[in-house]
Amino acid sequence: MQIYLPIAEMSVNVLLILGLGGGVGFVSGLFGVGGGFLITPLLIFFGIPPAVSVATAANQIVASSLSGVIVHWRRGNVDVKMGLVLLVGGLVGSSSGVGVFAWLRSLGQIDLVISLCYVVFLGTIGGMMMIEASRAIFRTRRKGGAVRRTKKHQHGFFHRLPLKVRFYRSGLYVSALLPLLVGFFVGLLTALMGVGGGFVMVPAMIYILGMPTSVVIGTSLFQIIFVSANVTILQSIQTHTVDIALALLLVAGAVVGAQFGARFGARIKAEYLRAGLAALVLAVCIKLALDLVITPNDLFSVAPGNL
Amino acid sequence: MMKTRQMPGSSFFNIATNRETIPDTARLPFLLACLLIFAWVAWHVKPAKADPLVVDLSNHLVAISTGFTGTDVLLFGAIENKGDVVITVRGPERDMVVRRKERKLGIWVNSQSAYLRNVPTYYATAASRPIELIANDRLFASYHIGLENQNFVTTMEGDDTDDSLYRDALLRNMEYVGLYNDKPSKISFLSNQLFRTDIHFPANTPTGTYVIDVYLIRDGRIVSIKSTPLVVSKTGVSAEVYDFAHRYSALYGIIAVIIAGFAGWLASVIFRKN
Repeated sequence: MQIYLPIAEMSVNVLLILGLGGGVGFVSGLFGVGGGFLITPLLIFFGIPPAVSVATAANQIVASSLSGVIVHWRRGNVDVKMGLVLLVGGLVGSSSGVGVFAWLRSLGQIDLVISLCYVVFLGTIGGMMMIEASRAIFRTRRKGGAVRRTKKHQHGFFHRLPLKVRFYRSGLYVSALLPLLVGFFVGLLTALMGVGGGFVMVPAMIYILGMPTSVVIGTSLFQIIFVSANVTILQSIQTHTVDIALALLLVAGAVVGAQFGARFGARIKAEYLRAGLAALVLAVCIKLALDLVITPNDLFSVAPGNL
Repeated sequence: MMKTRQMPGSSFFNIATNRETIPDTARLPFLLACLLIFAWVAWHVKPAKADPLVVDLSNHLVAISTGFTGTDVLLFGAIENKGDVVITVRGPERDMVVRRKERKLGIWVNSQSAYLRNVPTYYATAASRPIELIANDRLFASYHIGLENQNFVTTMEGDDTDDSLYRDALLRNMEYVGLYNDKPSKISFLSNQLFRTDIHFPANTPTGTYVIDVYLIRDGRIVSIKSTPLVVSKTGVSAEVYDFAHRYSALYGIIAVIIAGFAGWLASVIFRKN
């Protein structure tokens, strides 16, 4: 069954896109991630123009992060104050990101920058997660005990910055500049990569801000809703590349897939889940890195455009 | 990029306007010469008795609806006497940029580029016989028939000065995505007079006004040309969505967010009990 996508201006197989959404949804439910880092490369792989893929993925993330945050909200795992501070940075970051996106697109370098961002971030995060997870697996096997938690209050350089604010839910007393910067940076990535940025945000919240793990996912999802909504609207205005039909198909597949993923994930040990996610992230990273290095079939590319 | 459509022979009329400058003694030879020329012209350019070429399409509008996966349009027509028929289909024009990748620091980066102006976004040809048997290359070149005879205006950016690689890349890419056909498709004759061919428009067919030119060729010369338009446009929901996204882009973005938000909320409600 084919459907013509109004913005991408091409027809795609409905079942293929539903399956794609479902598969990514399963992974996101399984590992508790947004899955944006999978959706954008996969859409590009199936021939959707990169600009449409990035902008539409942002739209899809609005849906998946909202349904995710509702669950965390009920459990009280959202630090609204921290989320709002992150959000202010995120809105500024994503707005400038959309501008940078349009500029790079006019230079003809957007595909390169998208790929490079993916390789660098997926490689770093995936590598770190893999090391951490394999250590944890090793340790629990040897001792059979629980994983030792890192100390919550580390007083490094970040904690000497001015404008200190108290975040009660996270039990933190840190400079507001810190979450603002983290938010800005992740917002920039959301616009450039079409990802929620959870995979950067969550480690940054744990290791840079020192937030307790229990509120990290809920708070990151909370601010991702608004940042990805901002990106969706700005991309609609500046590049006209948000495809509602494509986004809806992805959402429909993803919400169903996420339920199955979450149930399946509940039966697996956390460190094995992390190792699995790390392997997946690294696989996407390696695929994209190879595409950059291997001599392409055609050295020339064609796009509409004028001087 | 204007096509010249003048038949050879029309320049003879210029002589008649110079009559005043001819002395009386030369009148008779001049008249004789005129007669000879007239006879020559009459011999070679036969007055059109009836239309030597009639063509039409099964449909002048290709509508891209939500279920569009490509379509065929039937072109049919009749010729008066034996001859060959060549068809060109030219989509709406657009400026294109062709970029060349270069290896920099180990990775492939877009570096040099060429801007090509007025590039047809769709181009197809059809012929009743192998094209080299119908006429020589020069005729097709002078009428810009065929992909190799398109004159794109190119502007180079970078060190490259030769645009032929970029032109080839454009043709190759457009053929790859199915918007150009490299070999003419077949025009079949039902009798000596009636012909038909299917023009294929793939799922990624650009919207706009297409021009279909039909050439009747006899003895290596073009006898008649007919031109007919074809409109490809989006209809129904997809047209409205596209239009809305471009006209009210901010509102479109807000609606996209609301729909996604609603879908996310709905999902969490549906799966709550589980």
